[in-house]
Amino acid sequence: MMLEKIIEDTVVEILRIAATELPVEYTEEMNRGMKSTEGTVGKAQLGNILEDVKIARDGSKPMCQDTGIVAFMVKLGDSFPLRSKVKEILVEATKRATEEVPLRPNAVDMFKGNTGNNVGLNGHVPIIYIDLVHGDSLEITTMPKGGGSTNVAAHRMLKPGLGIKGVKQFVIEAVAKAGSLGCPPYFVGVGIGGGEDLCMKLAKNALLKPFNKRSLDPKVASIETELLDKLNQLGIGAMGLGEGPSVLDVHIEMAARHPASLPVGVVISCWALRHAKAKISANGKVEIDKSA
Amino acid sequence: MEYHLKTPVLEKEIRKLKVGDLVYVTGTIITARDEAHLKSLELHEAGEELPVTFTGNGVFHCGPIMRKDNAGEWQVVAAGPTTSARMEIFQDKFIETFKPALLIGKGGMGDRTSKACQTFGCVYGAFTGGAALLAARGIKKVEDVHWLDELGMPECLWVYKVEDFGPMIITIDTHGGNLTADVGAKVNAVRDRLIEEMEG
Repeated sequence: MMLEKIIEDTVVEILRIAATELPVEYTEEMNRGMKSTEGTVGKAQLGNILEDVKIARDGSKPMCQDTGIVAFMVKLGDSFPLRSKVKEILVEATKRATEEVPLRPNAVDMFKGNTGNNVGLNGHVPIIYIDLVHGDSLEITTMPKGGGSTNVAAHRMLKPGLGIKGVKQFVIEAVAKAGSLGCPPYFVGVGIGGGEDLCMKLAKNALLKPFNKRSLDPKVASIETELLDKLNQLGIGAMGLGEGPSVLDVHIEMAARHPASLPVGVVISCWALRHAKAKISANGKVEIDKSA
Repeated sequence: MEYHLKTPVLEKEIRKLKVGDLVYVTGTIITARDEAHLKSLELHEAGEELPVTFTGNGVFHCGPIMRKDNAGEWQVVAAGPTTSARMEIFQDKFIETFKPALLIGKGGMGDRTSKACQTFGCVYGAFTGGAALLAARGIKKVEDVHWLDELGMPECLWVYKVEDFGPMIITIDTHGGNLTADVGAKVNAVRDRLIEEMEG
């Protein structure tokens, strides 16, 4: 089979996996959360989520009707045979997955209405980030993200004098403000530094870090642990009804900052943190990774 | 308390419901999000008739995934609630104008909606956000669709026949109760304390 076709089929498949199979690590965590929740309201919300996730997995159907704006994080090896063609394939695969999974058409042209195929405008959607890396393989992570939790993202350019304390205060403020709106329990990604744009990208990428694994930098790890504890003290609860876990995990990604700037991005995911990854070798061998 | 409502629901039945009650609905619910709320109100103001009847029925804040089967009939794939707070800017006017019995959504709504619910006899039922396949299970028939070409699949009006659709937890009742707002106020108090006590 042609390499192009292999990539396209693989991307359709990881979009299907992301939309229909929630990583088991997340369901196990919500199951633990359900067992330790005393209130019947919170317990019922988590029970409904877990049942929904099971129906989705068993029937290969999207767990949530909002299959999101499609995003791809790509690592393209220097000597992988395809270059700009990869972007064209991702766009075609997005259109196909919209029909085949199916995904909800979520790309809206402000003047002409819904494009109907999750693609548009001017080559910007699906969102594609491409990093050039060593090697001869292509790694594609897809992360379709729903509108509810996307709407509660927060960004602020802090005064550098506020330091890490100011960053932590801002994260607490942002998650409290998200409250019931973005389908908690949440996953929280925090991007610090870089610039007004990069901090948001770092925050979004931070959501993809391995579940329940703390940063290798002990200072960052301790902030993650502290935030996870404090954010759960907020008492938002499952679906914002005040019972059960508020936040399942927090990850921080840092970059250097300009001396005069302290950019902070907070990107929040609903309980349905959907993603899947595939690695494709130059010879067409495919490995799919469904882990959290 | 647990209630099984049938549409059209009478106002006196709606006024019995209290925050925390569990509700299941049988009958007609109609999806409407931002665009459908706006368009419905615009048409009404222009003196035109709507293609659906909201009065006494359920308004479902939902943009579903729908698919046509081999016979050309619409089928529900996934149909969970969307974030209701987006509708807060016109929900009160919508309730006053169309008198729906029940709003179905997730994340709760604010003071304006709560006041309109008290005045005109409407409640808000929270369905678990994201649980789109649980919701789809309660939808027995796609009765009609309006404004699909103009507004697209998520935003148009889908008319569903439902059977024991739920459970929804009442979070806004006609007695001034608003559970999500109460939780939000507590969250904000904790937030203020955590921010105040934060160390470097």
